[in-house]
Amino acid sequence: MKITFASGKGGTGKTTISTNLTSYLARMGKSVVLADLDVEEPNAALFIKSTLKKTEISNKMSPKWEEVDCALCGKCAEVCNFNAIVAMPEEILVFPELCHSCYACSELCPTDSLPMTPSRIGEIKEFKADGFSLVEGRLDLGQEMAVPLIAQTIEYTDKNFSDSIKILDAPPGTSCPVIEASRGSDFVILITESTPFGLNDLKLAVETMKVLKQKFGVIINRYGIGNKGVQEYCRDENIPIITKVQNDKEVAKLYSKGELIYPQIEHFKNSLDDIVKFIGGLK
Amino acid sequence: MKIVFTAKGDSWDSQMDARFGRMELLVTYDEASQTLQAATNSETESMEHGAGLQTAQKVLELEPDVIITGNGAGQKALEILKRSNVKMFVGAGDMTIKEAYEAFKADKLKTQF
Repeated sequence: MKITFASGKGGTGKTTISTNLTSYLARMGKSVVLADLDVEEPNAALFIKSTLKKTEISNKMSPKWEEVDCALCGKCAEVCNFNAIVAMPEEILVFPELCHSCYACSELCPTDSLPMTPSRIGEIKEFKADGFSLVEGRLDLGQEMAVPLIAQTIEYTDKNFSDSIKILDAPPGTSCPVIEASRGSDFVILITESTPFGLNDLKLAVETMKVLKQKFGVIINRYGIGNKGVQEYCRDENIPIITKVQNDKEVAKLYSKGELIYPQIEHFKNSLDDIVKFIGGLK
Repeated sequence: MKIVFTAKGDSWDSQMDARFGRMELLVTYDEASQTLQAATNSETESMEHGAGLQTAQKVLELEPDVIITGNGAGQKALEILKRSNVKMFVGAGDMTIKEAYEAFKADKLKTQF
């Protein structure tokens, strides 16, 4: 079972709910792993007491220009859909940060002057926590491509924790990184808040999931603020609302101290029970 | 001397565009022939990444001696621009093209490189 926690809007509680749920499932005796896929700013590890077990270097393939046989025909720059290659009159410039590793330039180069070579983009870390493991993808500073590292972090998690429940904490938004974090999962839980802003971004996320033909449900976080817009939308669109997490300043206080919420706040724990029950009914 | 302005319109009274990579128009003034010519840069609108690189390349194809812009070019675009002898002047983002030209002539603009 693999479940992605996504949202449209940032700051709706993906990490808060996924870290707490993972810990809660572990305490119930389940084999569970949490993967932090917000590789541009991973922070799940801040909320989980853990020790580092293993670090793997993450590489990406990108072309390297070899001058010798190059005819400077410019075919490479022409076929690149991502503006990663600039053909100058006397040289070919490659910008690996922009490369999507599609191999088009390398394969179509008539003189084989752009061999694909690996270069480091970040790290995958595995942490051992109380009863479960945490896998974190972390992009190096200056790197712009989150997708390859997200894919590798999921692959690592699948390979090393094949029999566990996998909770994936996705980045916010609705672009490529979110799609990569969602498309291979059994179910996606979209976390939103009942404000006009939350609703606007929820709609974008729902449209994204529909294009992916992905099964999904909604959690309304900070329930009690804003208006009824999200509830009405979910009702009209027939989207299941898995739970409503009460708006509570005490939750924010615990979050700001980097502490788990459910051991101290009953209504939050009840919401986790709703999620566990919902997940249990998915199979 | 040939000067490229990053601009929002194609006449002397048009506003400059402070952006380099995603400037609306490349406006070229050739002092020798005293002609002002505009070329669109609208294709960068749909680019998620790499707009600066494409714009830099397009600017160099015009073979200018000077570029006058607002905020300056980004790091990757600079890598390309620095391969030519072009000089880059910044800080003209809030001016009209005419004001920017006059400020350049009066030596009032800073260079980015």
